[in-house]
Amino acid sequence: MLFRSHVLICGGTGCSSSRSKDIFAAFEEGLKTQNLDSEVKLVMTGCFGLCALGPVVIVYPEGSFYSKVAPQDVPEIISEHIVKGRIVKRLLYSETVKQDGIQSLNETNFYKKQMRVALKNCGVINPENIDEYVARDGYKAYEKAVTTMTPQQVVDEIKASGLRGRGGGGFSTGLKWQFTKDAPGDKKYVCCNADEGDPGAFMDRSVLEGDPHSVVEAMMIAGYAVGSDQGYVYVRAEYPIAVQRLQVAIDQAREYGLLGKDILGTGNAFDLEIRLGSGAFVCGEETALMTSIEGNRGEPRPRPPFPAVKGLFGKPTLLNNVETYANITQIILNGAKWFAAMGTEKSKGTKVFALGGKITNTGLVEIPMGTTLREIIEDIGGGIPNGKKFKAAQTGGPSGGCIPADLIDIKIDYDNLISIGSMMGSGGLIVMDEDTCMVDIAKFFLEFTVDESCGKCTPCRIGNKRLLEILDKITSGRGEIADLERAEELCQYIKDNSLCGLGQTAPNPVLSTMRYFRDEYLAHIEKKTCPAGVCKALLKYTILPEKCVGCTLCKRNCPVGAISGEVKNPHKIDQDKCIKCGLCMERCKFGAIVRK
Amino acid sequence: MEKTINLKINGTAVAVPDGTTILDAAKSVGIVIPTLCYMRKLNEIGACRVCVVEVKGARSLVASCVFPVSENMEVFTHTPKVLKSRKTTVELLLSDHDKKCLSCLRNTNCELQKLSRDLGCDEAKFGGETNAFKSDASSPYLVRDNNKCILCRRCVAMCAKVQDVAVIGANARGFKTHIGCAFGRGINDVPCVACGQCITVCPTGALTERDDSGVVSAALSDPQKTVVCGTAPSTRIGLAEEFGLPAGSNVEGKMVSALRMLGFDKVFDINATADLTIMEEGTELLNRIKNGGALPMFTSCSPGWVKYVETYYPEFIKNISSCKSPQAMFGAVVKTYYAEKNGLNPADIFTVGVMPCIAKKFERLRDGQSAAGAGIPDIDAVLTVREIARMVKRRGIDFNSLPEGRFDTPLGVASGAGFIFGATGGVMEAALRTVAEILDGKPLEKVDFKAVRGTKGIKEAVVKAGGREIRVCAASGIANAKAVLEDVKAGKARYDFIEVMTCPGGCVNGGGQPVKNAVQLNYMDIPETRAKPIYAGDAKNKIRKSHENPVVKVLYDDYFGAPNSHKAHEVLHTVYAARKKYKE
Repeated sequence: MLFRSHVLICGGTGCSSSRSKDIFAAFEEGLKTQNLDSEVKLVMTGCFGLCALGPVVIVYPEGSFYSKVAPQDVPEIISEHIVKGRIVKRLLYSETVKQDGIQSLNETNFYKKQMRVALKNCGVINPENIDEYVARDGYKAYEKAVTTMTPQQVVDEIKASGLRGRGGGGFSTGLKWQFTKDAPGDKKYVCCNADEGDPGAFMDRSVLEGDPHSVVEAMMIAGYAVGSDQGYVYVRAEYPIAVQRLQVAIDQAREYGLLGKDILGTGNAFDLEIRLGSGAFVCGEETALMTSIEGNRGEPRPRPPFPAVKGLFGKPTLLNNVETYANITQIILNGAKWFAAMGTEKSKGTKVFALGGKITNTGLVEIPMGTTLREIIEDIGGGIPNGKKFKAAQTGGPSGGCIPADLIDIKIDYDNLISIGSMMGSGGLIVMDEDTCMVDIAKFFLEFTVDESCGKCTPCRIGNKRLLEILDKITSGRGEIADLERAEELCQYIKDNSLCGLGQTAPNPVLSTMRYFRDEYLAHIEKKTCPAGVCKALLKYTILPEKCVGCTLCKRNCPVGAISGEVKNPHKIDQDKCIKCGLCMERCKFGAIVRK
Repeated sequence: MEKTINLKINGTAVAVPDGTTILDAAKSVGIVIPTLCYMRKLNEIGACRVCVVEVKGARSLVASCVFPVSENMEVFTHTPKVLKSRKTTVELLLSDHDKKCLSCLRNTNCELQKLSRDLGCDEAKFGGETNAFKSDASSPYLVRDNNKCILCRRCVAMCAKVQDVAVIGANARGFKTHIGCAFGRGINDVPCVACGQCITVCPTGALTERDDSGVVSAALSDPQKTVVCGTAPSTRIGLAEEFGLPAGSNVEGKMVSALRMLGFDKVFDINATADLTIMEEGTELLNRIKNGGALPMFTSCSPGWVKYVETYYPEFIKNISSCKSPQAMFGAVVKTYYAEKNGLNPADIFTVGVMPCIAKKFERLRDGQSAAGAGIPDIDAVLTVREIARMVKRRGIDFNSLPEGRFDTPLGVASGAGFIFGATGGVMEAALRTVAEILDGKPLEKVDFKAVRGTKGIKEAVVKAGGREIRVCAASGIANAKAVLEDVKAGKARYDFIEVMTCPGGCVNGGGQPVKNAVQLNYMDIPETRAKPIYAGDAKNKIRKSHENPVVKVLYDDYFGAPNSHKAHEVLHTVYAARKKYKE
């Protein structure tokens, strides 16, 4: 059936939580009343990427990109755009508005420098419809692999592509496949790590929500390559949309004879099951993930033996993360050379980042490896809002580190990030401006790891706790200069001694901020001040008597009665009572209250 | 042929079989790397990080207990970096440890304390928040104090892998992680079998027996009470280790002297009531065979095993011998026959079982354990080997210089058969010596039944006697017992008689025996070592069969009439009932 218009509504998590489902319903109803439901096709897609402007609606053939759409805007879009062909300019994303009409989304700064491989279908197809996936060359890569390539050729192709694990470690995916293929054993498993848990990261979630079949197909190819007939996708239960769409995809694939026995008459068998995680960060660690699938408390186990040799249920197991799998079909279809042509010498292809923090275009971006941090922040991300200065970017989540402003021209790839004390991680990229306290940031990430430590090994269980206590001491104004050395020593100890990657990388945020922002630590310790004005214990609110007119507004608003003073006379804050909530400063109309 | 791996440890060339860990490779050339969490084949989790070493080319330090050697590997076991790391690890453990060493039952016998000393730790290096866990004293047999726990999980491994009951595990996570039962229940509210294997592998004082030495001391100083103790077969072996003697020593005489010095009015030998058990249990078996009773019959000496069947396999309750355990028989005989003979009021007798076992502390509180009447328990208190040693030390008794004492009469004479009750297969062998002879109607040519000896988890034998075959099995450790039960249930195995000892290797390795440190756990066969003097004692004994024990003969002539008589049933037998795993 042909439609004269296509309306794509973002069904990603961000847009969903700002009522994109209601928008969909409003379109459905509106089109029906106008008898247009047979002429206009409505599609609920995965994430478009520009989450900051959500909910997003795109109407084709014009390609008009409507941002921040509300359900009540829908009748106008229908009556003006769909019926009369007049684009609703007030709702257009400003960057797409041109004098003589609209410009393609791909020409906007946000999309211009992106290259979509893993996210190829995200925001383009209805993830719950296998036919739309098939129409975009879906399951063609599997067909190509099993009908024209031997398992070893598949592995060789992945090896030649230079693809490295997108979950954080950056290990060669092809080698991993080779090890699992070569491991002796009659039963092998293929697993997918969809336990994305870094604060601020939502790449894997978006792939599963926007293009679940790409993961299903890649796992089938992996099954063929390594000799496995059973796969598990370990997804955190906090990703309900991802879980539901993946289940739909698996069911549809089964229905189409793509999963199960004798797939497409090839005699190959492969099936997939979803295992829900309960949200423990450590279950993103490969051995903990497998322990959890086995039904045990999710705790890592020592390596060797590596999963490729002895993994799930003691059998050789291939484990890749969602984004890694999302690249596989493209590599098989377009060839290793095509893939290896993208990126840098040792980091091939693209990388998806979840751009967040103090940045204009919060969202999901996919860039070729080697793109500079400056391009990501200034061009794609649209810079820092409110005219603030860029201070640092954090990559790699709680395992990563901070990249200071003077390294903004660094080319993003695995090895460059490691060399400056951060890491690629799964792709969270948090931008920080001058109002961010770097000691506080280190503390934030360490608090996260301390919370998420499984408690199995001593260095992580107690070491990180003690490290956090040192940071606490510093940010609360009790720090001594010797604490810096103590912290550094403890960091090194934890890195050297922890059982798994979670513990081994937990001190990274501390080490990297100490490396690049030592002056801030020193300010906290020696001057007992927080330069960014974040650490409460080091802040002091005072009323400037020359500016205070004695309006009593602050006094009336103070929740703890810390402010005293007579009408029309300067007021005063009792520092012993003040809880540093900042309400007085916010309310003062005369700029008479300062924070130092 | 096994592949040999060549590596260098601290510069010295070492050749070991493929698959060897760095820890074992180092041990083979005389280098001891400390461990805390590691238990060979049982707890290879690399969690404590005390055993870390440097490996050339490795990104970080590696846990030598689980890291296999590889060709041309270069290992450094005691570099300044390694030593500092180990020290920091122990200091971190100490930072969340209550450090009440002076009042700890494990003072001077604590692996954490020893490591701290060996590594030159500063116990106050790290301050900070500490956990304050409530201790679990819900059961009559053990106490868990998590403020002393270092989360090595040796107890968890014993409970799950050796005993297969898995009633304890890690709760919560991160800094709040602690070992306990599901949903924070007390150990008494979960289907624990009370074996105490967790205690014997605990490196610190986090797990201890419920100490009853105070109750016993009070009775000893009560002039109204006649305080009588009976010592289980393997206690005279285990006790040696508490006084610095090598494992596998027999200190029967010194033990008797020490107990007498502690003030016990009579010191009896439970080996003697073990002989009595054989008379009752053997007769019961013969009757079951003859009358088509429930077979296979299970032994009932091991209270953890009895509790296990009642809880996990209630359909097999009818298979358990109705005989009380030798401890309970001792108490019952003392409070009936012995009281009558000596004109004592059973209520004034205080009986103490000296045991290698903590489940016996549970057993004495069971229903059907008061032969002398309601309110008069067969056993008033149970002391483990560890508690006895503690009392001896407290009383200033120089154990090793004591003279060889002798047990009091009448319950002081025992056969070798009664003695071997202390090791796995021993009850079975003792029973066979009597049963086979009865069936054959003539003296046995060979009293040794070696097929049921040894520390193997499951042992089987077919014994021909009286023109028929008796198929027997001896299992120790609940996981092994469970495997046997499942086979019986599935019809895969057919036995007439099954002996089960709850603890692996039997009572010599009981939950009330001296605790084992990491080196003993990983490099010694403790059950085997402790069983040796038992079999030696049996071989030396002039009386090898229970029915030839003159005391047993007197008991039947004077009091019980015959085995399984009405009187015997009243005094020496008991009842069982299904148990719910969890209380509602």
